[in-house]
Amino acid sequence: MFFQHFLNALQWGSFYALIALGYTLVYGVLLLINFAHGDIFMVGAYIAFFIASFLLGSYSLQLPFAMDGNTIFVITIVITMVVTSCVGVTIERVAYRPLRKKGAGRLYVVITALMCGLVLENGNLALLGASRKSFPELIEKSIYTIGGITFTNVKILVIVTTIIVFILLETIVRKTKLGMAMRAISYDSVAVLLMGIPLDVVIVFTFILGSSMAALAGVLFVTAYPVLEPYMGAMVGWKAFIAAVVGGIGEIRGAFVGGFILGFVEIYVAAVFPSTLRDLIAFAILLLLLSLKPTGIFGIARAQKI
Amino acid sequence: MKRYLSTILYTLLSIVVIAAARFGLINPYEQIVIMFIGINIILCSSLNLINGYMGEFSCGHAGFMAVGAYVTSILNIWFFTSSPVFGGPLFSPGSAIFIFPLTLIAGGAAAALAGMLVAIPSVRTRGDYLAIITLAVNYIVKSSIENIQVIGGARGFMGMGKVVDSMTSAINLPWVMIWIFVFTATCIWILNHFVNSTYGKGIIAVRDDEIAAEIMSVNTNRMKMVAFTLSSGLAGIAGGLFAHVLGYINPGSFTIMKSTEIMVMVYLGGMGSLSGSVLSAVSFTLLMEILRPLQVYKWVLIPLLLIILMLYRPEGIMGNRELTDVFPKLRRFFPSREL
Repeated sequence: MFFQHFLNALQWGSFYALIALGYTLVYGVLLLINFAHGDIFMVGAYIAFFIASFLLGSYSLQLPFAMDGNTIFVITIVITMVVTSCVGVTIERVAYRPLRKKGAGRLYVVITALMCGLVLENGNLALLGASRKSFPELIEKSIYTIGGITFTNVKILVIVTTIIVFILLETIVRKTKLGMAMRAISYDSVAVLLMGIPLDVVIVFTFILGSSMAALAGVLFVTAYPVLEPYMGAMVGWKAFIAAVVGGIGEIRGAFVGGFILGFVEIYVAAVFPSTLRDLIAFAILLLLLSLKPTGIFGIARAQKI
Repeated sequence: MKRYLSTILYTLLSIVVIAAARFGLINPYEQIVIMFIGINIILCSSLNLINGYMGEFSCGHAGFMAVGAYVTSILNIWFFTSSPVFGGPLFSPGSAIFIFPLTLIAGGAAAALAGMLVAIPSVRTRGDYLAIITLAVNYIVKSSIENIQVIGGARGFMGMGKVVDSMTSAINLPWVMIWIFVFTATCIWILNHFVNSTYGKGIIAVRDDEIAAEIMSVNTNRMKMVAFTLSSGLAGIAGGLFAHVLGYINPGSFTIMKSTEIMVMVYLGGMGSLSGSVLSAVSFTLLMEILRPLQVYKWVLIPLLLIILMLYRPEGIMGNRELTDVFPKLRRFFPSREL
């Protein structure tokens, strides 16, 4: 039973980790809590739904050739990531950048982000209605049992993808020039301009990375739990944000560790206690963690110069 | 005479509105809107103390509101009605008129206590980490209420209508509305004096530069504690009133959405401006009611409006100023305690 929950927790934590990543990337560069991020995850899931339905030929406009499920799945992931990045960049371009250029305080940008999230949520609700949509099954689910532990190929796919994404992002941020620029901006955004680093380009790149990871999380999420609703991003988004902070916001490792911690806490709490207590205990544990280490697990307390 | 003009005007206004409600000149729907305006003024101005004056980012105000709402409702149900959980009424139902405000204050005190507990970790953390703590507290409060079956759990808690009925049957007046008027005025009065006191100056100093404030011998920890306690206490009172306007509360009323709504009002009005908070609470509540026929589109339109407001006037309606700064002539009527 323990290992069964362990696997479930890994999968559940993977979603949180992928979403928390978007929070952490944007925060690391802009010091902005991008509260619209949870809803970008939702938008990603919906875009994936429409693309997958289109490729499956559910609409009147059909492709001249048929594809098998796995191909559609891969194409859906790629297109969804591209389109969702466009949504994320558009929000940055329309809402955040003018405020940044004006030099408005951080809190104003945070509120704008919150409002963007509401617009996405309720715009979706208004356009598509409140009825839930079910995601078509693209990958044939096969169930394996090894030593009493059952798992599906989807579960393995989610976990493996998350680990690959983690390694990829760590490489991007640590090894490439763009990653170096991202870290430099979070360190000193004024000096960075003097060094000839194009601030806006790096910020757009950050949003592309964050949004596409949210899109990836969205596709994987609806593949595992094939129900779409407009408010699916809100709750997960807030929780992923908390996970990012517990891990130490601004640190990629932190987002992953925080996401998995939250996943594990939620799954094991639900396994031991009645599931209605899940949020209560999960948040209490996270608060305890934060009060023990106020900057998060990987966060470094920055000394402020006077 | 001029010094008290604002007080007199407010009293007259409340008497006129209450009389109109008593003699059926305004219909129940309009009465509820007026009462919500009062509640929103309390919520918005109390959150402004933390988010505006102190410059922190508290996004769990609805949690404190929930504490106040539940404590007040439970006390009232226990005292004045016979319920299967608490047994028969403790006091005669008619005495609710006098005891009701006390239960409201008790609810406020409970919420203040919760706020103080939140303020303890806030001594060590700031900014985004504090945002998380308040967010988590909001979830924890909501989730704990959902898990206490005695008070209805997720189904909600009702019966406050009976308390209101017993008050009106003793003396036929719209009592809840009266207390909303009284507590709104008290809340603004307290906050106005608080902000202009040494404590208020200390809180503004913490916002501007915490380290400099500390060097200037401002006890920053104490400032945070006091601000959190006062703000959440007032939110608790607003919650108690909210519960008695509706007669029914459930944990779903006190989610992050509610907190967001209060935050929207604060930023609409302007951080660090009491009159801005009042203005925005009034206009926001009315706007919500006017846009009601739009249904779902309302919640697309309002955030869009706010985004546009942020782009063109990020400081909100009033910014950091008070009404008396914009129209200096008003200063004759409002006793200014500055300088």
